[in-house]
Amino acid sequence: MIGAAVYSIRQKDLLYATIATGIISLVLSVLFYLLQAPDVALTEAAIGVALTTIIFIITIRNTVRYEDEHDNKEKFKSGVK
Amino acid sequence: MKKFVVILLLAVMGYYISITFFDIGFGDSHLVEGVVPVKDAYLNETVNSLNVANTVTSIVVNFRGFDTLGEVTVLFLAVTALGGILYKKRHQAGERSVLFSASKVVTSGSKLLFPAIVLLGAYVFIHGHLSPGGGFQGGVIIATGFLLMLLAYENFTVGHNTLSVIESLAGITFAGVGIWGLIYGGSFLENFLPVGTLNDLFSGGVIPIIYIAVGFKVAAELTGVIYTVLHEKG
Repeated sequence: MIGAAVYSIRQKDLLYATIATGIISLVLSVLFYLLQAPDVALTEAAIGVALTTIIFIITIRNTVRYEDEHDNKEKFKSGVK
Repeated sequence: MKKFVVILLLAVMGYYISITFFDIGFGDSHLVEGVVPVKDAYLNETVNSLNVANTVTSIVVNFRGFDTLGEVTVLFLAVTALGGILYKKRHQAGERSVLFSASKVVTSGSKLLFPAIVLLGAYVFIHGHLSPGGGFQGGVIIATGFLLMLLAYENFTVGHNTLSVIESLAGITFAGVGIWGLIYGGSFLENFLPVGTLNDLFSGGVIPIIYIAVGFKVAAELTGVIYTVLHEKG
């Protein structure tokens, strides 16, 4: 879980970083379940794994995929967003 | 100079906060002697007088029902803000879109899975007072079902008017139950229905009604979010 967290911060490819955050949520929901909090586990599984990941992926699809693309002023001005 | 003042201020605040916390002592009960701790009160009341099997639900909906109303309002405001921000962009021409036709396997599989997912979500929020889960979880599960359909079928649409009507009705139900409790029970969101027997589907007074309303509301809102984001062209 910590490895996935570090990976999601270090990774320049935002798609991989998003999937790593999904893995964090998955492990977290299993942890919640093991710690006898099934309500929270269910919330985490539904929102963290499914919904947040999907919304991030849609956003990445609509904007830019790599972190460095933000620095590219030309592209920024001339079209994509 | 400014930074120094800020650090000084933080140090003073930290000092007083730490004094307060050192008085309590780690792990001690910080309650007055002879008073029943609030957790015991919740646990006793949940099983004995409210007849709800799931303690978490009874706290979220009954004892802290007003907080839940606030949470639902926060979610509503967030969805409204998202729609407001993305609304302008949607009508501009754009060449990149997430939507493309999916393969036969995906469409057929989604068609098979969609009713099962919606059923699971409905089960989770109807049985919120008996088993783990509740309105929020069930609503999110239903929203993921709609997400699947939206991804599989290019032309699958969800009527915005339908969503807002469902959402408004659910919100009105929640607030109306609260006001009804104010009239008949003496305080906002007071239980006014018979509590039934423990582990029955119809037990816990107003909790099932409120959770079904919350489930519908969350499902409508999150489906709206997904729909708005998906149909926004970059």
